[in-house]
Amino acid sequence: MTTISDLALEVRSKNAGPFWVTMELFMRDADGYRAVSFVDERIVAELYRVDPGTIQIFRIPSLNIVKISFPRPVSQGSLRDRDMHAGQHHVPLALLAVRGD
Amino acid sequence: MDEIRILTPTGMLGAGWDEATIERGLALGVDVITVDAGSTDSGPYYLGSATAKTTAKAVARDLRSLLRAAARSGAPLIVGSCGTSGTDRGVDWVAGLVAEIQAEEGLDLPVARIYSEQNAADLKEHLDAGRIHPLPPLGELKAETLESCAHIVGMMGHEPIVEALAAGARVVLAGRATDTALAAAYPLMKGAPAGPSWHAAKIVECGGQCTTNPRGGGVHTTIDATGFTIEPLAADSACTPYTVAAHMLYETVNPFEMREPDGTLDVREATYTALDDRRVRVEGSRFHRAEQHTIKLEGSRVTGYETLSFSAIRDPLVLADVDAWAALLRHHVTARVTQTLGLADDEYAFDVRLYGHNAVLDAIEPETGAPREVGVMLLVNAPDQATATAVAKVANTLLLHLPAAAMDHLPSFAFASSPAEVERGAAYEFVLNHVVDSVTPTALFRIEYGAVR
Repeated sequence: MTTISDLALEVRSKNAGPFWVTMELFMRDADGYRAVSFVDERIVAELYRVDPGTIQIFRIPSLNIVKISFPRPVSQGSLRDRDMHAGQHHVPLALLAVRGD
Repeated sequence: MDEIRILTPTGMLGAGWDEATIERGLALGVDVITVDAGSTDSGPYYLGSATAKTTAKAVARDLRSLLRAAARSGAPLIVGSCGTSGTDRGVDWVAGLVAEIQAEEGLDLPVARIYSEQNAADLKEHLDAGRIHPLPPLGELKAETLESCAHIVGMMGHEPIVEALAAGARVVLAGRATDTALAAAYPLMKGAPAGPSWHAAKIVECGGQCTTNPRGGGVHTTIDATGFTIEPLAADSACTPYTVAAHMLYETVNPFEMREPDGTLDVREATYTALDDRRVRVEGSRFHRAEQHTIKLEGSRVTGYETLSFSAIRDPLVLADVDAWAALLRHHVTARVTQTLGLADDEYAFDVRLYGHNAVLDAIEPETGAPREVGVMLLVNAPDQATATAVAKVANTLLLHLPAAAMDHLPSFAFASSPAEVERGAAYEFVLNHVVDSVTPTALFRIEYGAVR
């Protein structure tokens, strides 16, 4: 099984201000970029349990990058926040199997 | 226009750098030195408590290096978001360090302090006048939310910094400012085009993050009439079209557009070209002036007081179904707190986190399988510290001895330290994500010159 992470230079996540999470798939090449074209709002919503209507996806083919942003599901620094910088939230996406494999 | 050369030594004042990188930057020629000293990234505590994430010794070490460089080169030094959150106390803290260093080094660079703290009563007038608007995902602002904040700051654009520079300041210590305003201010003051000025400012805000070696120190940037050229300060690092373009994505929701107080940076048409193996040329950046200048607000309020307790489990009998054990723990903590302290469920709150199992991602953790050892963190939040600690103390015997459902003996788990509880003090949350329509670009900020009285 090939995961997104296998085809990427880096998959990362971070806060974009206190109210948003953003993550980037830096794919190795155009093939890798095409392989993650299946990642859409519905898939991200399922993985992260967020409302698909709040998800923003940006595709930058010239750099083989896909960027995904959505409102932080848990308030930063609150009792239930276990990832202050949202720095580890990329993992479920990185471990996702690439379709057609 | 003349070229404007910017030295940005790091993404965070207090992070440190190799002094050789500053020498290399000065050798390239420098018109302004800019450095960010703050962020909301580490959470609401720093704004709420008006304290810095960085330690005075590290900040002073970096300031000494930059004040010397500013004195030698004649370039002004601009520090933004002083004291991590940009509160007035943060500005005074950095100003105090600057004064000490200037005295020790025999320097006398004129200092301006720009205060960005806002009071709730003034903001309420803006709210009543319909000048405050929410940014997603937050909704309309209520007056009581403003009043609940421990501290509120406004994020300044370049204008107050330009005003301080024009008044003759050689060291500008800004309260909360957009990361970009620091590096954009001087070129804009000198008439550089807005597109390249704001785009360059965004790329340099994290220092060496836009290079092949983010640990290697900062960057040197030259802005001219048609674009900008950027290179690393470290000899063993490089800027490539990829590393520079990719930095537009860092900590932003939208990689193509970035809103500033007076307009929007638009990099859709930007081109990134390698000039050689370490320098990149960027052209085609645009800036669209907004019809309404706006200032973004940040506010943090106390949510309660926290006490933390940390035990650990290695016993395979418990780890075979540690989720069931955690559910049992939650049940017994609640029951025991009711029984012993007489607290209702809405009078306190707690979180059980199983580090080594699913603490980080919790319900969205995709991996399964039994862990070998698990750290059990109990985090309690209550309206006062004594109550939070009382709840943690009541939970102590459970964190130490609670058997799993199938066990008929009393286990003892591995506490990491004594005492078992750590009082964390006040806990905070960010509650503002709103903008104010500016009456003027500088009206919400106060500039003072000279040392702190």
